[in-house]
Order: sequence, then structure tokens, then C-alpha cells
Amino acid sequence: MNRVRIPTQLRSLTGDAPEVEAQGGTVSEIVDDLEARYPGLKERLMDDSGKLRRFVNVYVNDEDVRFLDGVGTEVPGGAKLSIIPAVAGG
Amino acid sequence: MKYVEGLSCKECRRAYPIAAQHVCELCFGPLEVTYDYDALASAVTRAEIEAGPHTIWRYASLLPAPEQQRVDIGAGFTHLREAPRLAAEIGLKKLWLKLDGGNPTHSFKDRVVAVALSAARFFGYEVAACASTGNLANAVAAHASATGMTSVVFIPSDLEAGKIGATTVYGGKVVAVEGTYDDANRLCAELAGSRPWAFVNVNVRPYYSEGSKTLGFEIAEQLGWRCPDAIVVPLASGSLYTKVSKGLTELHRVGLLPEAPHTALYGAQPEGCSPIAAAFAAGLDDVAPVRPRTVARSLAIGNPADGVYALDTARATNGSISSVSERRIIDGMKLLARTEGVFTETAGGVAVSALEQLVAQGSIAPTDEAVVLITGIGLKTLEVLGKPQPTHRIYPSVEEVDRIFEAPVVVQIPEQVEA
Repeated sequence: MNRVRIPTQLRSLTGDAPEVEAQGGTVSEIVDDLEARYPGLKERLMDDSGKLRRFVNVYVNDEDVRFLDGVGTEVPGGAKLSIIPAVAGG
Repeated sequence: MKYVEGLSCKECRRAYPIAAQHVCELCFGPLEVTYDYDALASAVTRAEIEAGPHTIWRYASLLPAPEQQRVDIGAGFTHLREAPRLAAEIGLKKLWLKLDGGNPTHSFKDRVVAVALSAARFFGYEVAACASTGNLANAVAAHASATGMTSVVFIPSDLEAGKIGATTVYGGKVVAVEGTYDDANRLCAELAGSRPWAFVNVNVRPYYSEGSKTLGFEIAEQLGWRCPDAIVVPLASGSLYTKVSKGLTELHRVGLLPEAPHTALYGAQPEGCSPIAAAFAAGLDDVAPVRPRTVARSLAIGNPADGVYALDTARATNGSISSVSERRIIDGMKLLARTEGVFTETAGGVAVSALEQLVAQGSIAPTDEAVVLITGIGLKTLEVLGKPQPTHRIYPSVEEVDRIFEAPVVVQIPEQVEA
């Protein structure tokens, strides 16, 4: 089982829970499992082709999945996932 | 906020009311402030702006900040100065420097923070926070102090000493985060969901980013209400670059510029952190993040959230986004100092070197009138120039000076006239 940090923008779907549990061997599988538990969540994170929306950043154990294999990134058991909207700054 | 309509998602266009919110709940796209441009067009005049204060607040009608909560420590309306010696050196006829080191904390960040904290006060926040590569930290801490707010600033742990000292002096909290700017920024994005703080570049970002438009406004006004052929802008997140362009476009939209801007916008990144330049060169619409390794720390954002919009701006204005080698960053700083007497930060060195390259390649024609944004001063990051050393060292004797300067200087001493 993995822990997933949910951003405020999606907490209406998780009953206000900031962190939930989900299962899967890859980011993609975890998103599918999240969708099964919290219907509507997947379309907020991914476009129709299954790609992460361009302002959604996903981290596996604090590593941006775009530095890894994107949604195909392997997720070891017990890993922490964070879903975070992209922000600018300087 | 007389002319502000609300917020709108830049991706899916969904509308939201004015609030401390930066992300579309539907698609995660960034939110942007929208205005009633028709009302602005009939209300705003050049004369009214020209009679306004010598700060960003001369453009108050075009900014999302209510008058009662306005935070003003003198940000904006910096000098636009002609640079004939630099122009001659790089082969341009007409070149201007926009000297934003003249702001209260010596960088353009005072513009965005003044607007962000005005909005933050309007929303009732008492704590101002941010992730920063340094300049933003200085600006947030200073503006917060001047308005009685508390500041909490998150910086990468390896930040230059000058930038840390120029933040702690204001008395706020300065938290060094083990990691890069992107790590600190990510932490702030998470904290914004649980802490009742105004993170200038997170939850009040729609207001914050509008402050950068004032650079576009000022350039046009200071040129006599007209646009230059080219503007060169250093690029980190891409926000400043897109907003300079928006500033020019808005002036036309509200009738202050008779013609649509023809200005080509050129973005400049350091080679060691150039994800937007790489995407532009490859013709991509997405920006792949990188791990920054650059001397230009204020531009070291490897995960630039406005990168995709910067690509749009470059293409829409017939400009480009390019990178300069790390070695040329320092060369650019020295060139500007040597020719124009301006000591800029590394970001300014990136912009000057990029300008030089663009002229050499023919992207900017010798007859074009160009403006280069000098976003901050060099004193905060002295260490990039190596250990400061005098050029000579002598004992206090005339002979020693003669040895350095070879031929003795002949001084004409007027004859004594007896009274």
C-alpha cells in the first residue's frame, strides 16, 4: 500500500482527506486505483490520452516523475506519492 | 480593484471570483486576473498616469490591488537609460537599459511583491511567505516589515551570503531548505494548503505576477508612449517575460498605444538551466524539467511553471528563447559594467550576453531599437566574480605609481600670482 498526498484542489473528492492510500506498481496503476476509490479523480490528473495534465506534477518519494518514467514510473511498496499543482516563482 | 472582473483559468477559461486561489480546480491550470477592458478604455488616460506617483502605482487602474490596502515602499518607475557605448560595442544603433536594480530592494521583485502583499492584506493575511532564489526573499521580507506583516521565506540552503543577509536584516524568518529552489517551491505549494499564509508565488500568485506588467508599461511610457523593436528578458519561471508582453498588449487594448505592439520578445536563459530555451529550439509545446547547474542562481528554476506560456509569447511576437554559455554570463556582466557603468547580477549578464548573440546572429538587426532588462544589482552576488582583488598593490611612493602607469603624468601647475 502507498500513501498519496492530495492537494487542496482535489480534497473535495477525498472527503477532505489530505492523505489517502492507494495500491499499484506504477504511477498509472495508482491513479487507476485512486479513481476506483474516489471516482472523478483520474480525469482531473490526466488528459484523455492518459498523459498527466501539463500543470500536474507527481512526485514518487520526492522525485518528480518527469525525471523518471512519467506515468510509467515504478512505485516501490510503501512509497509516498505527492500530487502538486505546478507553481511559478523566482 | 475597480476594474477587476475576477480570475480565469489560462488553460480551460473557467471563471472564478476574486480570491486567494491560484489553480483551476478542474484542470490545475494557472489562474489569471481578468479586467473590464471596455471600462478601462474609457477611464484611463496618459495624462492621468503621467501625473501619478513615480512608482508602479501610477498604473493602479491596471493592477489588481485595492487602494486602501496598497503597499508602497517605492517599487517601480526605474530609469530607462540609453546605452550608446554598449550599443556601439555590440553593433546596435539604439539600445536602452531598463535599470530595475533601482528598486527598493534592488531587483524587479519589488514590483510583484508590492502587488502581492496589497492583495494579501485585502484577503486578511498577516503572514507573507515565499520560496525564493534570493531577490524575492529580499522583497518579501522588506515589504512585509514596512506593512507590519510577518515574513517567512524559504530559500535553497546553498544561497549566496549576500542574499541571505539582505533578507534576515528585515527581521523575518528565513528557512534554508536542504535542496534546490524547486524543492523549496514544492514545499511551499504543499504548505499553502495547510498554513494560513500568503505565499506570494503560490496562493496569491495571480496578483503577484500582474506586477511584472509594469515593466512593459514603463518601457512604453518612458519611450514616449511607443514600443521598441525588441526587448530582451532573462527567463527563470517565464512569468516576467510573458507579463512584459502582456503589459504592452494591454496598453494598446485600453487605448494608450494607438497601434498593436510590434515588439519581438527575446527570452534568455543560462545554459546550465535552460529548459524553456531547449523546448523552443526543439519546437516543442511542453517544457521538460531539468536539474539546474548554473552560476545564475536567480534563474535556476528547473521546473518553470510558466514555461509553456513563455513559448507561446516567443512565437506570437516573432521573438525567441535562447541560452548563453555559463562563461559568457560573467563576460556579459563585465561588458555592461565596462561600457555603461552598471553592475548587474548574473541574470543581467545573461540578458546582455543574449542580446550580443542575437545581434551577432542577425535576429536583432543593427537598426532595431532594443531594450534589455537589467533585473537586479550585482552587489548581492559578489562571489561570482571570484575573490575581490585590487588590480595593483604598491607602497605609498610616487615611483611605485610611475611604475604602474609608465610615463609620469605632467601636471600644469598654474603660476603663483603674488598678491
